[in-house]
Parts: sequence; C-alpha cells; structure tokens
Amino acid sequence: MKKIIYIASNEARRLFYSPLAWTVLAAVQVVLGFMYVMQLQFYQQVQSQLLASPEPVGVTEIVAVPIFGNAAVVLLLVSPLLTMRLLSDERSNKTLALLFSAPLSMTEIILGKYLGIMIFFTMMLLVICIMPLSLLLGAQLDFGLLAAGALGLWLILAAFSALGLFMSALTANVTIAAVSTFGVLLMLWILDWAGDMPDSQLSELFSYLSILNHYESMLRGVFSSADLIYYVLFVTTFLGLAIKRLDAERI
Amino acid sequence: MSAPVLVDIQQLTRDFGPLRAVDEISFQVHQGEVLGFLGPNGAGKSSTMQMITGNLAPTSGQIQINGIDLLDSPKQAKAQIGYLPEQPPIYPDLTVDEYLRYAAKLNGIKGSAIKSAVEQAKLRCGLEKVGARLAGNLSKGFQQRVGIAQAIIHSPKVVIFDEPTVGLDPIQIREIRALIQELKSDHSVILSTHILPEVQTMCDRVLMINRGKLLMSEAMNALLGDESQSTLLVGFNRALEISALQTIPSIQQVEALADNRYRLVTDAPIEAAETIVKRSVAEDWHLIELHQEKRSLEQVFVDTVYNDQGEVVTS
Repeated sequence: MKKIIYIASNEARRLFYSPLAWTVLAAVQVVLGFMYVMQLQFYQQVQSQLLASPEPVGVTEIVAVPIFGNAAVVLLLVSPLLTMRLLSDERSNKTLALLFSAPLSMTEIILGKYLGIMIFFTMMLLVICIMPLSLLLGAQLDFGLLAAGALGLWLILAAFSALGLFMSALTANVTIAAVSTFGVLLMLWILDWAGDMPDSQLSELFSYLSILNHYESMLRGVFSSADLIYYVLFVTTFLGLAIKRLDAERI
Repeated sequence: MSAPVLVDIQQLTRDFGPLRAVDEISFQVHQGEVLGFLGPNGAGKSSTMQMITGNLAPTSGQIQINGIDLLDSPKQAKAQIGYLPEQPPIYPDLTVDEYLRYAAKLNGIKGSAIKSAVEQAKLRCGLEKVGARLAGNLSKGFQQRVGIAQAIIHSPKVVIFDEPTVGLDPIQIREIRALIQELKSDHSVILSTHILPEVQTMCDRVLMINRGKLLMSEAMNALLGDESQSTLLVGFNRALEISALQTIPSIQQVEALADNRYRLVTDAPIEAAETIVKRSVAEDWHLIELHQEKRSLEQVFVDTVYNDQGEVVTS
C-alpha cells in the first residue's frame, strides 16, 4: 500500500515537472474561462425574463452546470495527452525496468500510476470549481447541484484516466497511446447518438454504454447509484486489463 | 565450492515468436562469485538477464534467487536483486537525489534508513557532487553510475549488470571494477560485457552463450590454462631440424609452424627457454623470436563462437 503512494507521488511530481501538464492546465483553464464569461453574459441578458417566469431557473443551472458539461468535453480531448505517457513513456525510455525489478506487484504499479494521474486531475477539478464558486460573491448557489456536477466530472475523469492508462500499457509509443485513447473515448461519447435508432434494444444498450450519458443525469442533479456503478465498473475493467497486460510480459 | 548458491537457473528458455532467443540455459552462481556473461550481439545475454530480474517472463524454466523461486514469489525474490539494464532506467526530469530516494523506497527501505542508503550508494558510485543535478543533464558516464547506484541501493544479494562500463572513461572503469570487487564479498555479481580484458580481470567464472545456447561455463583459471603447463613460441632465421628441438629434455611436444617458427609445449617454460638460448648460441640456430604464449580470453571466445557457428567469416 505504501509503495502505491510512493509511485503515485512520484508520478504526480513528475507530471508537474513537465511543461506538458502546465500547458494543458493553462489551456483548459483559458477555454473554460472563456465559456464561463459567455455563460455569465447570457445569464445577465435573460435574467429579467427568468425572474418573471413562474419557476425561475437559478444561476447555478445556467452558469455553473454548462461549465461542467463543457469541461467534460474539453477534458475528453485533452486527457489522452496526460495519460499517454503514464506507461508508454517508461517503456520507450526503458525506465520500466526500475519498477519491474523492484519488489512490486503489477497491481501496485498500475494503482500507483492511476492514483498519480488522479491526483493531478483532482487538482485540475478543484481549479475548475473555482469559477462557479466565484459566483458566491454576488449570488446564492445550489450546492447540491454543484456537488453532483463536480462529482460527476471527477468520475468521468476517473474513467478517462483508467482507459488512458490501459492504452498506455499497450504501447511504447505515446502518440499511439494518445490517439487510441482519444478514439475510444470519442466512440464512447458518440455512442449516445445512436439512441435515436429504430432498433430500441440496441439503442438502449448503446446509450447505456455512452460515457457522457451517465454524466448528464448528474448535471441535472440526479445522483443515481446506477451511474456510479457504471463508472466504477468502467474503471475497474480497464485497470484490471492494464494489470493483466503488464503481467503477461513479465513475472 | 562451499559458498551458498545465490542464483540457480534451470532450463531457462524464451521464445520470441519463432525465434528461440534463449535455449535451455542452466547455471548457478555462488556467493562471492563474479560471473561474466559473454557472447556476440544477439546471443541472448540481455534476454537472460531480463528473465533473471523478472523483466521478461520465461517461456519455460526455473529461476531461484537465494532459494526463492522468482516465478512463485516474485516480490520476495526481487527484493534480493539489483539490476542495471543496458540503458540505465533514469527519469531525466528528476534530480539524482530524488531519483535515488524513489529507488530506495520502491525497494522497501524505510524511514531514516532511506537517507543513509542514498548517501551510501552515492558515495560508492562517486555521485556526491551531482546529487542536486537533473539526471537527464548528466553525461552518459554519470548516468551509468546513477544506474549502478540504483541497483545496489538496497544491498541486494545478487547484483546484475548489463554492460556496466559502457560510456565510462578509463578512470571510472577502474572505479567500477573496484566497486565490483568490493560487492563480491557478500553478493554475487553477474555482468555482461563486450570488453574481454575486463572479464579477464574482474570475473571468477565465464559463461559463453551464442544463439541462445550455453556453450561454455568455466572458471577463469581453468579457462586460461593453469600455469604449470604453457607453450613457447620460437622462431629462427634459418631452417632447423625439428629433432634438434625435440631433444631438449623439458619440452614435451613440438609443433612446426610456417617460416621456421615452432610452438613448444613444456611444463618448465623458463628452463626450456634458457636451454634454447644456450643451444642457439652454441649450435648457431639463429634464434630471432622467443616468447611464452598465453591463451587469451579473446582467443577462447573467438574459437568457441566460431566453432559453434561452424564457419569462419571471411574477412
């Protein structure tokens, strides 16, 4: 257990040493910041109409929730860039031998790596949360809705990372790891579009598999265990596959 | 040998698709022994080392480190191993200190022992002055030393070096040699190298492999011939009856070579040489060459490998 934490802290530390992580952090923040400002302006435009309506929609729903929604899509695009180097980099730099010849199990290596990248993504999530929280300066927020959105985003990041780690375990080439992760994530995202297909059973299956579908209900403030289980299964499946992959090539 | 067996390899085999990289290799390494691994490029040296260190799963065979089966209980067995791969496993974005601390933690060193283990490893590998520098900015020689420091940081029973002296300058090579001699007291060392004189000076035993097969496993003394029997090479400036040489009492065998040169097998080389010089003067043999022939490791290596290949590459 201790060794998992050693690997994780080393991983997180090395991420912050690399300019890539900072660049991604900055780019995501700029894009989301821009979206946030746009959303805020939109809210100011419609504010008077909202007040007039019998069931007024709050600032959390109009400004904060879309930020989380957009963040998921932006992170779907950039998370492969961060997860790609987890194992591929070690493979191509031949540093994997350090981990393989140390008294560690494959599970410890994978969990350590996973925890390391999750430390990074959790920090990123906290920074993203600052934007909607800044609304507190002049408005009241629906904290339940906000928490559901943040938790949803954290879960979806956990799923992205697990898949990225698995893809990274497969290849020594970071580009291949990134592209394949991106491809699968994109596929899992657009699967939901098949929900309109005439074959209802198949479309139901597709929309269940869709990774963003489960997130959307959380953005509405609905936190159901079915969605949670989907993400837990997703993460354990890909971490399990990554462990299997490493086990296969060595002892 | 009475020293305990630290590494016991039985019938180790590894296939890469249709290619059999390592073919039923068996050997043992005792405590206090330095084992040299020789073979041409692609012979299977690195694959064997990767398997012993748990970096590569064998297709079949058994590996025991200090009596612990590597395949059954990899964690316990790996705690006994320090490994320097062909390319030192260094993170370029960590400083030497950070890196060594990480390596120490991964190898199960705890708490306050970490600091002393790092200091000790740095001292042994001459890294005291570069602790705060980024590993990626160091020269190849220093990176190699960091790799060695990482391998010995937890004082493992078995240290495995894949070409440890690559990229080092002659002074550093001497330091590494001294380090290996020091390690040998209570560890076993397995090392592979292309530099044959290095093996000759450092190793107690030599393994030669070619195309995945173990060709030879012999103690260095036995390999290079014992001192009591040796061969002399003599050359003369005129033709000489071979029987003249055969009459010298200490010479057991005479082999005629080209250009009036002869190879003499003797059990008393100094005596024989003296007699030859004396008789050359007395009987006007025109002696122009006389030296003791030493069987070098290079000769043994070339002979063994070429015999195995069945054909000599024409130059």
